[in-house]
Amino acid sequence: MAQAHTAHDGSHGSYSAYLIGFVLAVILTVASFAAVMTHALSPGMALAALTVLAVVQIVVHLVFFLHLNTSSEQSWNLMCFIFAAASVIVIIGGTIFIMHDTAINMMSR
Amino acid sequence: MAHEATMSPLAHADDHGGEHHHETPNVFGFWLYLMTDCVLFGSIFAAFAVLRNQYAGGPSGKELFDLTNVGIETAILLFSSITYGFASLNALAKNKTMVLVWLAVTFVLGASFVGLEVNEFTSMIAEGNGPDRSAFLSAFFTLVGTHGLHVTCGLIWMVVLMVQMMGPQDLSERMMNKLACLSLFWHFLDIVWICVFSFVYLAGVM
Repeated sequence: MAQAHTAHDGSHGSYSAYLIGFVLAVILTVASFAAVMTHALSPGMALAALTVLAVVQIVVHLVFFLHLNTSSEQSWNLMCFIFAAASVIVIIGGTIFIMHDTAINMMSR
Repeated sequence: MAHEATMSPLAHADDHGGEHHHETPNVFGFWLYLMTDCVLFGSIFAAFAVLRNQYAGGPSGKELFDLTNVGIETAILLFSSITYGFASLNALAKNKTMVLVWLAVTFVLGASFVGLEVNEFTSMIAEGNGPDRSAFLSAFFTLVGTHGLHVTCGLIWMVVLMVQMMGPQDLSERMMNKLACLSLFWHFLDIVWICVFSFVYLAGVM
C-alpha cells in the first residue's frame, strides 16, 4: 500500500496536494470577489487584478487538480495545452483587437 | 522500494503492467478533446468580449447579476472539484465504496450548481431579459449555457460510471481510465468557470 501510494504520488496527487490546491483556489477566488465587491480599485485596475488572479488560479488548478507537470511522461499533454492556450490567446486577443478597430473606424460607438 | 529502484524502467513497467496506472492513449486522446473544447470556449469568450457592451437599451450586467448567487455557484463547483479528487484517490486505493460515496457527493454538488444556474436563467427570462433581449444577453446565455450544458453532460457521465462500477466492471483498469477522463473533464469545467465568474460576472458588474 505504502509502495503503491508513493508510486502514484507523482501523477495522481495526494490528499495534501488536493487540499493545498483547494486552499490556494479559495484564497484566489475570494481575492477576485473582494477586488470587485469592495470597490477599492478603479475599474481598470480591478480588471487587471481579475486577469492576474484568474491566470494564477488556472495554473493552480492545472497543477494541483489536473496534475499537469513538466515530467517527460507529461510532455505531450503539456505541449498540447501550450498550443491550445496559444490558440485561445490569438482567438480572443485577435478578435478584440479587430472588432475594436472596426468599431472605432465605423464610428458605431 | 529498494527493489523497485534497481529494476530497469521496462522491467518495472512489465511487473506492474496491470495495476500501475500509467497515462494511456485513451486518457491522452481525451486530453486532446479537452484542448479542442478549450478553443470552443475561447471562441465563445471572444464573442462575449466583443458584445459585452451591446445592451440595445436593455439591462446591463450590473442590473442583472447577483454576485451572492455567483459566489455560491463558485463555491459549489470548487468543492465538487476536490470531492472528485477524493473519489480519484480512493479509486487508486481500490476502495470502491468510498469512490461511490465521493462521486455521489460530487454529483449532488454538480446538480445543485446546475439547479442554481437554471433558476437564474429562468428568472432572467421571466423578467423579459432572455437571450433575445440584446446582443450582450445572447452572448451571455450562449457562454454560460454552454458551460452549464457541459456540467450537465458531466453529471450524466458520472451516473453512468457509478452504475457501471456497481456492475461487473468494478474498479478494473478500463474503469480507472474512464474515471481519469471524467476527472480531467470535471476539473477542466472548473477552470472554465474561473474565467466565467471573473470576466462575465465580476467584470460585468464593475
